Amino acid sequence: MLSRVANSLYWMSRYLERAEHTIRVMDVNLVLMLDQTPAYGEKRWKRLLRSLRIDDIDPIPDDPQEITTKLFFDRNSLYSIISMLASARDNARQVRNQLSSEVWEQVNSLYLRVNSLKSDDIWGGHSHQQFRAIIEGIQLFHGISDATMRHDEGWHFLQVGRYIERANATIALLEAYYANDEVEIQNNHHYLDWVGLLKSRTAFEAYCQVYTADLRPDRIAGFLLLNPEFPHSLRFATDQLQQALSTIADLTNARKGLQIERVAGRLHALVAYAQIEEILEENLISFLQRTQQQCAQLNSLLHEVYFQPPIEAILPN
Amino acid sequence: MPLTNVAHPPNEHASFDSYELGSAYDEMFAAPGTPREHYAALYQRLRQLPRSDLERRAQAAELSFLNQGITFTVYGNEQGTERIIPHDLLPRIIPGSEWDVIEKGLAQRISALNLFLKDIYHDGRILTAGVVPRALIYSCRHFRREMRGVRVPHDVYVSVVGTDLIRLPDGRFAVLEDNLRVPSGVSYMLANRQVLRHVFPQLFHNYGVRPIDHYGQMLLATLRRLAPHNRPDPTIVLLTPGVFNSAYFEHTFLARQMGVELVEGRDLLVHDDVVYMRTTAGLQRVDVIYRRVDDDFIDPLVFRPDSVLGVAGLFNAYRAGNVALANAIGTGIADDKALYAYVPEIIRYYLGEEPILPNVETYLLNNESHCKYVLENLDKLVVKAVGESGGYGMLIGPHATKAEIEQFRRQILAEPRNYIAQPTLALSSAPCFIDGNIEARHIDLRPYVLFSGEVNLVPGGLTRVALRKGSLVVNSSQGGGSKDTWVVD
Repeated sequence: MLSRVANSLYWMSRYLERAEHTIRVMDVNLVLMLDQTPAYGEKRWKRLLRSLRIDDIDPIPDDPQEITTKLFFDRNSLYSIISMLASARDNARQVRNQLSSEVWEQVNSLYLRVNSLKSDDIWGGHSHQQFRAIIEGIQLFHGISDATMRHDEGWHFLQVGRYIERANATIALLEAYYANDEVEIQNNHHYLDWVGLLKSRTAFEAYCQVYTADLRPDRIAGFLLLNPEFPHSLRFATDQLQQALSTIADLTNARKGLQIERVAGRLHALVAYAQIEEILEENLISFLQRTQQQCAQLNSLLHEVYFQPPIEAILPN
Repeated sequence: MPLTNVAHPPNEHASFDSYELGSAYDEMFAAPGTPREHYAALYQRLRQLPRSDLERRAQAAELSFLNQGITFTVYGNEQGTERIIPHDLLPRIIPGSEWDVIEKGLAQRISALNLFLKDIYHDGRILTAGVVPRALIYSCRHFRREMRGVRVPHDVYVSVVGTDLIRLPDGRFAVLEDNLRVPSGVSYMLANRQVLRHVFPQLFHNYGVRPIDHYGQMLLATLRRLAPHNRPDPTIVLLTPGVFNSAYFEHTFLARQMGVELVEGRDLLVHDDVVYMRTTAGLQRVDVIYRRVDDDFIDPLVFRPDSVLGVAGLFNAYRAGNVALANAIGTGIADDKALYAYVPEIIRYYLGEEPILPNVETYLLNNESHCKYVLENLDKLVVKAVGESGGYGMLIGPHATKAEIEQFRRQILAEPRNYIAQPTLALSSAPCFIDGNIEARHIDLRPYVLFSGEVNLVPGGLTRVALRKGSLVVNSSQGGGSKDTWVVD
């Protein structure tokens, strides 16, 4: 597979995953807002922006419609919904001949639909419905690519993009929620906030099935980090990453594929053999940062080995 | 576009009342109300179908084009507007016996032009013999002196050719233009067929239309035969300028049809005169490049240095015989508009045969007697600049103002080599579904010929239509559309 093509598939998938996550946390936040005092609102938007690692919206507008509109429509920001869907589509166009027609049409029509929305369409009574439709559109992309593409190298690069982005999102979200006050981990009087955290990862119902509706911050952290069965947990993402990367290394036989497998394996082991009690005792934030650094290292290795290897590394001797 | 909001009674059939028969050859009617034999079934069908039914079929066809994404991209605004290619609902029908003549004629022409290109870039026998003037070659903008003495794989210079044919008033087909560089449009030929088969299934079946769907396979086989050193299982790629090219849809389409990689210049690199593509598994050697990038842009070290679409070093790899290009570099010399006038002589010179498909009468302005005649008759002739295409640099005498004619007269006198003149041609007309009625519009025909030592072509081609009433311009940039072409037995 062409390096450029692999690169485009990887980024298309990352952008779609990130768009889905961004819309979901916005949706959750707007619903939560209805139940809490306005004074608390700013704190929550701050946390939301931190969890998305967006730091260029400052000061935060008072009007929630303004901030929602910005996160959704601002074409100057790389991370607005519209920009991310446009980037995903641009990448899809670049590799149009590698995608099944069904996949291309899904990405294309999703972008065209979102591109026709106006600020009022995602506000007031409409927001939840619109957000849901877009999330479903992205989930449909995954379903269609699963069902209509060969599960070959290209498909595995889609998985790598999706799960590296998902791992990042889970890590950043936990960092934002558990940042300042170690005390509050044991103090759950902000019940709705913890519901919000779980819902931001579609984890509320799944958590309740395991632990009942008894929300405890330590269990929530444990669930979102270490549960092997839940698709939005860090553990699940690192499992998938390791699998996809080792398949790619087998398929390509690339000279440095082994190195990537080692880094993915180390990340996987770090998460798979961790205990939540030990993590909390030691320091949750530094654990999160360590996993995040390893994800970043994986990303740069992917570029070095598969997407844009330096010329000296690939020329025949 | 066939659809407008003209109100008609629901069950009325589409009317032929405004079908005008002019001096041009009409594909459907031999005389008013009398269809030619091969059009009779379509004519009957059109007289049975209610207009609303035709409109529904036109809408279905349009939707199908949209869904498949067969669109032009109009860039320039941030939304990236995409438009579907205008197309007409009614097929253009060619009897098999006529097609067989076209096929023989095209095979003859491409064989001769290929020999001509080899000769020009090697011994120049035809120049020594005085059949084609030397000055004509060396003054051509598309002559590439870098190609002198270069052995191209299997001596194949032109692998893919799109030849524009028109039908003369007497019913014969004639060649209007050869496109030997990077002809496009074949994807529309294939897409038109896919769509129309669904629109008129019964009619299609009854007519016994000759199939064209194996074009992709034939193109692949053609490219495979070009592989240098007869390397088994060669790697073939399609080189595109990228997503911003207006034919990008066609490039992705053909790559998918053939199952080959679609690459851009930045995906390729040349090392020790061997071309590689950068893959996730490291470098992979490339043997054949079906390039959809013009000569000028293909290698910044040899041609335009500001090109970012090409591959540095590609020409050296080509000269070393390590990669095949389809088409070869420098083929534009043979579709120069002044050289065109010599093609019948070229066919006689190399093949010792009479040309099967005639040329359109052409006056060369560096020939004294021609020039005198043309200057006296500028108001009746079409004058074309030899290096231009797409309808630019053209004078259509009967439609031109005095000032325009005088301006061309000055330009011709200043640089006669730069111009040719032809009689104003009446392109044949064919029925089209326009605003709920059947009307006559002018058409041409571009079949796609594949050459790899042997000649292959699918029966049919792209029929281009001048959708504006009375217009003779079929270019899609100037209001032209296309329609499916049926070769029937």
